[in-house]
Amino acid sequence: MLLISCPWCGPRDEIEFRCGGESHIARPEPSEEATDGAWVDYLFVRTNPKGVSFERWVHAFGCRQWFNLARDTVTHEIKAVYHIGEAAPAIDGEDGA
Amino acid sequence: MKRYSALRLFVEGLRGQKGWTPAWRSPSPKKRYDVIVIGAGGHGLATAYYLARNHGVRDVAVLERGWLGGGNTGRNTTIVRSNYYYPASARIYDFSVRLYERLSRELNYNIMYSQRGIVTTAHSRHELEGVRRWLGAMRLNGVDGEMLTTAEVKLRVPVLDVSPTARLPVLGGYIHKRAGTARHDAVAWGYARAADALGVDIIQNCEVRGFASNAAGRVVGVETSLGPIAAEKICLSVAGHSGVLAALAGFRLPVTSYALQAFVSEPLKPVLDTVVMSLASGFYISQSDKGGLVFGGELDRYPSYAQRGNMPTIRNAAAALADQMPSLGRVRLARHWAGIVDIAPDSSPILGETPVPGLLINCGWGTGGFKAIPVGGFVLAHHLATGKAHDLAAPFGLKRFAEGALIDEAAASGIAH
Repeated sequence: MLLISCPWCGPRDEIEFRCGGESHIARPEPSEEATDGAWVDYLFVRTNPKGVSFERWVHAFGCRQWFNLARDTVTHEIKAVYHIGEAAPAIDGEDGA
Repeated sequence: MKRYSALRLFVEGLRGQKGWTPAWRSPSPKKRYDVIVIGAGGHGLATAYYLARNHGVRDVAVLERGWLGGGNTGRNTTIVRSNYYYPASARIYDFSVRLYERLSRELNYNIMYSQRGIVTTAHSRHELEGVRRWLGAMRLNGVDGEMLTTAEVKLRVPVLDVSPTARLPVLGGYIHKRAGTARHDAVAWGYARAADALGVDIIQNCEVRGFASNAAGRVVGVETSLGPIAAEKICLSVAGHSGVLAALAGFRLPVTSYALQAFVSEPLKPVLDTVVMSLASGFYISQSDKGGLVFGGELDRYPSYAQRGNMPTIRNAAAALADQMPSLGRVRLARHWAGIVDIAPDSSPILGETPVPGLLINCGWGTGGFKAIPVGGFVLAHHLATGKAHDLAAPFGLKRFAEGALIDEAAASGIAH
């Protein structure tokens, strides 16, 4: 059971949360001028890292706020919790996306 | 390859079992092959086998960083079925079922294929209507299936609680009779042995670490832990690690990797002679010949390469078993594990060309790759040998995402993605 520190509510069990997928994916703007390739990248293509991943999570059964996690997809260890809109933190020498 | 047969069993019994030969060689890699298949899971091994068998292409190496069949092929719940929704899906999965039906004979290897059917249960009026629609689509696609009443479900699955006070009342369901199970390891071993006998080199403990390309950007080989190996054509067949290998080749995929857990109980006397899948709980179960209940449920819903999942999913799967089959609720678990499944946005596979010339891919089967091992290998072998996608695989190209031609099997794939 992952123990996730919601920035507002503190540490809670994973079953209170939902993972919203990879973070830091910006919608191409202006969207009407996006190429098909850029739109496909935005909608579907993902980095899917083996290792540190930057993800959006929502505290669905708590405060219902969104936040970001830096989490290792091999060990499941949560490396950092940070707010939506903040840049991804550097983790173990890796730069954020 | 020395054929397996009852006669040989008898003769070897008389000779003290001294005449058996290794099922496959452990060759060192050559400097160059016509085709390299990366990943010696079921799909990779089947690709190599069909390249040699159907197309006469035998200068093939299958590179595996671990041991063959050690990935998802050794970690699934062994279900084979073709009850999908869209015509393109029905064609490709049903072709696979038909290959499975004669696979033991073709490979001269007992894959323990048991065409025991799958009963899918509906637990609400909406699910029942959904089932009717799903079954209608299957029948229109030429795939077998029949609606079942509650009483008919109970006849086939006596351990299922279909009483009005059941936690998940059973309003009915349907049966897909040509579905079944097969021994997953045997599928890998059967394809490995047959491919090896046709001249394919299976190189285990060989990790691909990079790709070599020519000036035009076409792949011409791989860098591995055993040195560089050149090839004219390369196929990625690495399921949950597709993103990792794609990154080495310089592109990304519309794929996310998740842990799919599976469980086996202690051996029991026979209590279940069909596969059962429950829509409401996302739970599926069968009983192996050793007597263990082999079951699973939904994904752990965050990306993972861990090959293990967490307690909430274990609880949900065990709870579904205990709720729906109360007499089995106190059964003990013997083992549990997880695979790394590659989920595509439409829960359909991604087959064929990548943005990199000379590099093909077979991925995206997600939670449903085991049933598709024969057809996955069959169509990729065709593409590698002829340079063109097989008709069965053509709708599943990577370019469908840009074209908006997704084949959205999220519901019919059996579990929520």
